[in-house]
Amino acid sequence: MTAASAGAQIQERLGLTPTVAGGEVGVTVPRERWVEAARFVKETLGCRYFNWLTAVDYKDQGLEVLVRLDDVEAVVGVTLRTRLEPGAPRCATLTGLFRGADWMERECYDMFGVIFEGHPDLRRILLGDDWEGHPLRKDYAVDTPQAPYR
Amino acid sequence: MEVKPPLPQVPPPVWTEFKDLQEWEKYHQERQGNDKTSEALTSIADAIHHMPGGWIVTTSTEKIFNWARKSSIWPVTFGLACCAIEMMATFASRFDVERFGMVPWASPRHSDLMIVSGTVTIKMAPMLKRIYDQMPDPKWVVSMGSCANSGGPFRHGYHVVKGVDRVVPVDVYVPGCPPTPDSLMYGLLKLQEQVAHFQSTGERPAPVQPA
Repeated sequence: MTAASAGAQIQERLGLTPTVAGGEVGVTVPRERWVEAARFVKETLGCRYFNWLTAVDYKDQGLEVLVRLDDVEAVVGVTLRTRLEPGAPRCATLTGLFRGADWMERECYDMFGVIFEGHPDLRRILLGDDWEGHPLRKDYAVDTPQAPYR
Repeated sequence: MEVKPPLPQVPPPVWTEFKDLQEWEKYHQERQGNDKTSEALTSIADAIHHMPGGWIVTTSTEKIFNWARKSSIWPVTFGLACCAIEMMATFASRFDVERFGMVPWASPRHSDLMIVSGTVTIKMAPMLKRIYDQMPDPKWVVSMGSCANSGGPFRHGYHVVKGVDRVVPVDVYVPGCPPTPDSLMYGLLKLQEQVAHFQSTGERPAPVQPA
């Protein structure tokens, strides 16, 4: 499988328009079809390597969750992205597909406050349990006092 | 591929829930700050000092005690970040601080000195405080490197304590990012000078900054 054929299959089977550049495919997925698209990429296209999951804060336009799935043998990478509703950062979990998504989604929750619905154990992973706020959001004040250390 | 449901989670330990640690915190909150020696010893030393001619005894014993203190400062093995690599190099045979009587010791309860070598995060600060509390008096702290001094390059981040002197009292600040073993050794020699002037009244000289 090449990136071009992967893009063509995504266009044909999912009805989404991908961007293909080099060995990389990028797809913007509607929020409701997040798990469906990831399952298609994993099981049909064979991108079984869960590379990373993160988010981007677009302020008023809401958060965007990105996940990168790789086919290591064919050297093809598919980046799925989905825009969440502004003010309600809720996203379906991928832990049913990849067990490795567990900690990545916990980190994403820790840093961005994205609630992954259906996640088995969604709590903070890097910061302390008593931390307030989500520091990688654009509206997080870096000077937030953390008594008595700051 | 079948994905199994995750195993039931053991709740993470909350350190403040342990009873002996609560008592330990309480004991240290009730205690006077700047406490470098026990009250009984201080009162005995004061009594001897105020006897006629007694100052000869106290000052000379003080000198002997200080000589002993400064010749066997045992740093607790406590590395936080990349500064710890330089600290290990200082402890190792090339620079060899053991000739100053410094033996890196793997227990805070036998140590006199804590070298804070690296970035102190807000999550790590309570543990650092606890290690400091576990050390017996008299005890000293060397803040090593920019991160421990002021937060360093991470000062404007969200998770770093802006200087370890917000957590524990610091005696010597060693600048550098990271400081070379020579800088750290210079700081340790400065600390020895400070310890030589240590008074059992609990007053300490002001922190010095190695040039």
